[in-house]
Amino acid sequence: MAISEPIVLPHATDEVRLARTWARPRGFWGWFMNVHHTAIGVRFMVTSFIFFLLGGVLAAMIRLQLSRPENNAIGPDLYNQIFTIHGSTMIFLFAVPMMFQGFGVYVVPLICGTRNIAFPRLNAFSYYIYVVGGLLLWVGLFLKTGADAGWFAYTPLSGPQFTPGKRSDFWAQMITFTEVSALGVAICLATTILRQRAPGMTLNRMPIILWEKLVLSFMVIFAMPAVMVVSSMLLMDRTINTQFFNPANGGDVLLYQHLFWFFGHPEVYIIFLPGAAIVSTLVPVFARRHIFGHLAIVTSVVATGFLGFGVWVHHMFATGIPQMSASFFTAATLMIVIPTAVQFYCWIATIWNGRLQMKLPMLWVFGFFFVFLIGGLSGVMLASVPVDWQVHDTFFVVAHFHYVLIGGALFPMFAGLYYWVPKITGRMMNDLLGKVHFWLFFIGFNMTFFTMHFLGLRGMPRRVYTYPPEMHWGGLNMLASVGALFMAAGLIVFIVNFFQSKATGTLAGPNPWAAGSLDWATSSPPPEYNFAELLTVNGREPLWDNAPNQPIVSGVRDDIPEVLITNSLDSEPQHKDEMPGASIWPFLTSITVSIAFIWSIFSPWGIAYGAIPVVITLIGWLWPRGHSPAPRQPALEGRWSK
Amino acid sequence: MEQVRERPVLDVSGLPSVAFGKSNTTWLANVLYMMIEGTMFALLFASYFYLRTRTDSWPPVQDPPLLTYGVINGIVFLLSLIPARYAQKVAPTGDRGRIRLALTGLALFAIVNMVLRGFELANLNCRWYDNAYGSIMWSLIGLHTGHLITEFIETVSILGIAFTPKMEGTRLADVAINSDYWYFVVGSAVLMDFIIYGTTRFL
Repeated sequence: MAISEPIVLPHATDEVRLARTWARPRGFWGWFMNVHHTAIGVRFMVTSFIFFLLGGVLAAMIRLQLSRPENNAIGPDLYNQIFTIHGSTMIFLFAVPMMFQGFGVYVVPLICGTRNIAFPRLNAFSYYIYVVGGLLLWVGLFLKTGADAGWFAYTPLSGPQFTPGKRSDFWAQMITFTEVSALGVAICLATTILRQRAPGMTLNRMPIILWEKLVLSFMVIFAMPAVMVVSSMLLMDRTINTQFFNPANGGDVLLYQHLFWFFGHPEVYIIFLPGAAIVSTLVPVFARRHIFGHLAIVTSVVATGFLGFGVWVHHMFATGIPQMSASFFTAATLMIVIPTAVQFYCWIATIWNGRLQMKLPMLWVFGFFFVFLIGGLSGVMLASVPVDWQVHDTFFVVAHFHYVLIGGALFPMFAGLYYWVPKITGRMMNDLLGKVHFWLFFIGFNMTFFTMHFLGLRGMPRRVYTYPPEMHWGGLNMLASVGALFMAAGLIVFIVNFFQSKATGTLAGPNPWAAGSLDWATSSPPPEYNFAELLTVNGREPLWDNAPNQPIVSGVRDDIPEVLITNSLDSEPQHKDEMPGASIWPFLTSITVSIAFIWSIFSPWGIAYGAIPVVITLIGWLWPRGHSPAPRQPALEGRWSK
Repeated sequence: MEQVRERPVLDVSGLPSVAFGKSNTTWLANVLYMMIEGTMFALLFASYFYLRTRTDSWPPVQDPPLLTYGVINGIVFLLSLIPARYAQKVAPTGDRGRIRLALTGLALFAIVNMVLRGFELANLNCRWYDNAYGSIMWSLIGLHTGHLITEFIETVSILGIAFTPKMEGTRLADVAINSDYWYFVVGSAVLMDFIIYGTTRFL
């Protein structure tokens, strides 16, 4: 593709036409028709944050109940539902939808320098289906049908014999909803990253956050089917009397654990890697230099993607698996520390050799370093089978995974929010309130969860609704509960800060952090077409590395919503695609799919009859309207060229 | 006053707006979708053999599923590759007549496949609630039947479009991509047949 000599371009008229072409639908139904990635990305973030707050309320109730021995604030049945829905909400309705879908959908197309995500209608559908899944779980709780067999719903406890009623069915079908959502977004993100990067953004120059989202998309594609399969098996055991997990009829309860953790452990990295990617994005911005060890970090992310699939049995050390298996999975678990450590050293080296600006997002990055490191070290302890046996199902494990998940996801999430909220709202967040939020949350978090290590070592099992005073766990539990108050206070400060800054914060301008990636090459918030001029790229941090007269892309139509498609390796322009426009059909399809899924909880025929409206709405969605752009010169390749 | 600015440009105005083959984004999405579905099949295959290790004999008490319909359907699946490949060949030409012919052939094959699948289900010699063997076999064949029905509906829908002037541009690429998905349905059928008919007899 030749680059021309400088020419004079009239831009003003282009932007008017672009705004008209990409205009978002207005009005009540317009909200449901909108398929632009910035809108859907923000919805994923806001919705998952609401679920985070709801999960937090349940956590506060757990801490209230455990704050002193023989407390009667919450009975055992409700307590079981509370801790189950707390865990399920935080993993399935908050962590993944926020870190993978929310940040990914909003940020990835901007960093790629394109005007919308690939398959925007699938993306919108994925949002609605996620919301219904979340509501299903929570409506169940309010109808006294809250899932109560733990967030991983082990059989036989969750099976028909020990959990009659519909509690486990609601949980199992919530899984289907949320995983369909994640899989849909994985397809959108992987295609966007592989085919819609700005010309010049070769794989070698691809920012780490795009690498991570790509690896993550493939992890979702290979991991999520496992939990869909196993939750469907559970549902079928409960509704149509299949015998998968019934040992009396050739079934096996450990099959459930194998399939669940084949998903469950990659899931941990699906939650952590986005956090690591935020850190890899923020550290160079605030160290004012390119990241140290770009290749090493990318290799580590890819290695984590592979190794994450080889460690699932370490969740099953206490199930009586053969010693050889235990040894293998101990080794694999210890091995996965290596790529994480490589990333840590690269971040430290970047900061060490840079000129650190200790701004608010960076405070949260340092919080991440501290908290995640402790979680990683207790993870190394748990990888050892004798230690695992001693502390299995105790609060030591609870402490470990909260250090890993809150350290690996929540701290980077707040770093990312303080960093990108100015892009989303156009206004800076208040620095002082942000620091108050950080210290309240950081101190409260460590009070709550560091304490739990000692509770676990003193033998306090997880998932008990109370304990006798003779165990002497009361003092530490009270300390943990007070810590939860600090965290809650920090969250209130954050929410106040968000709304206050959204209304009256300092205007951010296009690039308040003087960052180098393309998301900062447009106004804040971005216009509906993202970029008035489509940029080309000359380095890993385009805004830092590009020449002053870096070429821009010309020839992408502005009278239809067209995007440039580039090839996966070298990002060479290949052809142009017309993006699907606003449509109500993804929303309608999410409704029909939801009816079929929920119906299937009550009758196996729900899927069969429910499929009919699903097919009708799908045809409505995909039936072509208007004319497809005529092939100017069809690009034939491969076996079609003969 | 009109804003003007001087910059070199990368002119992409001459690039096509339709692509066949692997540069087409829907092609890529289709591959990713097949990876998801392929993983589901792989996990069910793994579960099948895992459950097999939990019992002394396999099938535990029943006879293996009747071979006849499985073999006939397998052959029909393989023959259906002909119209699928033909559809892929004629799609880039934009010849609506030949596209309709190819898709009609493919849809007819899918109907025969579905009818034969009904006979297969009636002769599995077990029910899904009998034991874990029955459960996993019905799940496997049920998952595949779901794909078969989905692909049939998709083919008929595209055939419907082929009777309108809308069969142009990117829709032509969709015809070719639909065949890719049919290959996946056929490939997974052959593998599944080997497992539920073959391994119960020969392994």
